[in-house]
Amino acid sequence: MTTQDTTVDWPAFYKEQALHVNDSRLQLFYEAGCPTPDTLLGDAPFVALDFETTGLDAEHDEIISIGLVPFDLQRIRIREARHWLLKPRQELAEESVVIHGITHSDLEQAPDLLDVLPGLVEALAGRVVVVHYRYIEREFLEAALFRRLGEGIRFPVVDTMELEAMIHRKGLGNLVGRLIGRRQTSIRLGDSRGRYNLPHYGQHNALTDAIATAELLQAQIMHRYSADSTLDSIWL
Amino acid sequence: MQAEQIEIASFLSKYPPFNSLPEDVVNEIAQQIEISYFRAGSDIFQFGDEIHEFCVIRSGAVEIYRRNGDLYNRLSEGDLFGQLGLLMNNRVRLPARALEDTLIYFVPESLFLELCDRFEEFAYFVEMDDNSRLSHAVSSKNESNDLMVSKVTQLISREPVCMPQDCTVREAAQTMSEEGVSSLLIMRPGTEEDEPEKVLAGILTDRDLRSRVVAPGLSYDAPVTEAMTANPVTLDDDTYAFEAMMTMLRFNLHHLPILDNQRPVGVLATSDIVRYESQSSLFMVSTIMRQNSVEELAQLAKEVNACFVRMVNEDANSHMIGSAMSVIGRSFKQRLLELGEEKLGPAPLPYCFLALGSMARDEQLVKTDQDNALILDNRYDPEVHGEYFDELAQFVSDGLDACGYVYCTGLIMATNPKWRKTRKEWEACFADWIENPDPEALLNASIFFDLDGVWGKTDWAEQLNNFIVRKAKRSPHFLACLARNALSRTPPLGFFKDFVVEKDGQHRNSMNLKRRGTAPLADLIRVHALAVGSKAQNSFERLDDIIKADILPKGRETDIRDALEFISMVRIRHQALDIEAGREADNNIEPENLSDFERRNLKEAFQVLSNSQRFLKYRYPYSRK
Repeated sequence: MTTQDTTVDWPAFYKEQALHVNDSRLQLFYEAGCPTPDTLLGDAPFVALDFETTGLDAEHDEIISIGLVPFDLQRIRIREARHWLLKPRQELAEESVVIHGITHSDLEQAPDLLDVLPGLVEALAGRVVVVHYRYIEREFLEAALFRRLGEGIRFPVVDTMELEAMIHRKGLGNLVGRLIGRRQTSIRLGDSRGRYNLPHYGQHNALTDAIATAELLQAQIMHRYSADSTLDSIWL
Repeated sequence: MQAEQIEIASFLSKYPPFNSLPEDVVNEIAQQIEISYFRAGSDIFQFGDEIHEFCVIRSGAVEIYRRNGDLYNRLSEGDLFGQLGLLMNNRVRLPARALEDTLIYFVPESLFLELCDRFEEFAYFVEMDDNSRLSHAVSSKNESNDLMVSKVTQLISREPVCMPQDCTVREAAQTMSEEGVSSLLIMRPGTEEDEPEKVLAGILTDRDLRSRVVAPGLSYDAPVTEAMTANPVTLDDDTYAFEAMMTMLRFNLHHLPILDNQRPVGVLATSDIVRYESQSSLFMVSTIMRQNSVEELAQLAKEVNACFVRMVNEDANSHMIGSAMSVIGRSFKQRLLELGEEKLGPAPLPYCFLALGSMARDEQLVKTDQDNALILDNRYDPEVHGEYFDELAQFVSDGLDACGYVYCTGLIMATNPKWRKTRKEWEACFADWIENPDPEALLNASIFFDLDGVWGKTDWAEQLNNFIVRKAKRSPHFLACLARNALSRTPPLGFFKDFVVEKDGQHRNSMNLKRRGTAPLADLIRVHALAVGSKAQNSFERLDDIIKADILPKGRETDIRDALEFISMVRIRHQALDIEAGREADNNIEPENLSDFERRNLKEAFQVLSNSQRFLKYRYPYSRK
């Protein structure tokens, strides 16, 4: 697992990338800039992002849907939420179809990632991306763009799963618990939400999960941090 | 490209007012909302905050407060708040705080206004202030019952057939068969100045021909006046069908002349009403009168509950059901007294058998305990007459118990020598209660101050009631004590999830709707009624007098009526459900068995009761004598 992300000077990295990327859409993304590490959580603009993919390997599998919703500590703005289905460049495996409830014919009509990139970039630009389990969204987007454009995209993320792990799996008590074989607290999205009295969502799709993630971050900040904490205390 | 909000839309469509909106509209709302998380204990709105959205609770719980910090409401999943602020210059009037960790959906004002414009149901739900919603809940119910809205004139099928009083029995009978009618009105010439040319003198029915002519062998040439019922009970033509039905039940009449300015315009027959009401309560009463033993009556009594359920299912209102059940209960008493007198011989002295409490108020529901008493002639001497009345009371009381009207645990029964008094003794007793309203006297007020003569010299009951009303009206200290007593039972605040919420925030699993709702309402109505000198016994009729006397706060006059009607109907409906499910009907309500509609309106009704109790305290101030 990489931890070096925490040491990256993201605003400087964005400025530098804005000068070097070739793709005009990626250039727009970086030019919008990155909130500074000392931005207060109460003021920070976030966007919750969730993908459905054909598998778990970013090098080979493809994104088949994207859901996102802009939010801040006060409000999650469903009006500005976006949801896209994407046509993968490889054949769909049968099992992933079942998981996401997305059919071949749904995807036959769908656009390619590059077609929706302007809208995606617009939604992400200037905001801090929030995901539940960072290794999917960031790596899949990077890899998928690299395959298409020869260059990727990198940005800081807030990982609600990581925050939950820090809360529940750190400390001596947890170490002792693991030594004696106690089951670890589940940090899956649904279980984490339950701990904050957030409702159970039966319907899984990229947008519902993005909204669920946004709600979870609001709850985590209200309970474990505060509006006056700074962005660098939670982003990676 | 559109964000499909299945999760949010399917949540909204489970709850009012969204569940009345078309699916595409709910989807539209789902796409317009904003979401926010509130930690338990955090403020959602503070008083005076600007507000441009209304709120739906997605999960968790919220408490709404009054400005003075009193808890106003406790809300949970699916409940709305904030709409009042939107309608009130965009200022928060009632602050809101998260009671649990809570997720709120915010619906923007622009959409709110558009929904109000486009959907009446929606506007209705959110715009109504609490009490007018209650009033709508009650009135839309009344409109669904024909008997409540039809005037008797609509039930009359033909012009009345009349004959002069100097005709013979034969001529009368011939006219009846020529005209094909089962009743004939007998007219006399008007004598007084304000009387029309012909005035109703009596009524002759098929039954009279059978029992007063053929059976006793009366000459067919005898004057009709010997066979007719003179001075029959009549009603005005602007009476409601329901009142006509109650009159017929009460006096066990099959034909009821309807008059317009003393001029007969028709005769209402039982069959005219049967179209509107299943015969149940009408049949019940006439059948009771034909039973010849306590055993037969007890057998028949098993059908009373079924009769109750039928009326509920026919959308009768609480006044109709209460009156019908009271008339049925009264009929059992009357028939038992008849049977008692047959068994023991005629009474040595005139007497009046009294019904007390809910039966006297015409507010009896499924069978309750018996509360009764005896007024005796002033010549009564316990040494001489005591044994007879003791036996008679015992016979009636045992019979009522066998019929399901169980013994009164407080021993307020005519079998108790304490509650067999002469007319003078009763007056002295009430005078003492009114002059010295000690706690024990007031304990009995809700039973004794509602009294109705059932049998014998029923006018004595009326005279006693007049005496009470005259005396109570002039006794501010008594009224104040009675008012204070009427505040002893308070309503709960409302409901929260599957609990009843008390004003101090405590939770309970169930509540007694009589003790916490209808009884305290009847109590406070009684105080006002005595204060304005109303002689009515029924709470709704008392309210008419109270409203006429103009003592209630302006604009709130009908609130109490609506509240009483709504709570009574919930109580009645739940009793009917109990009976249909084969359970013992009681007055306990568990919130999980209440519909959203019932919860919402019950809460408003409790609010009305609570406000009315506050007003009572202010109106009849208490000071130590």
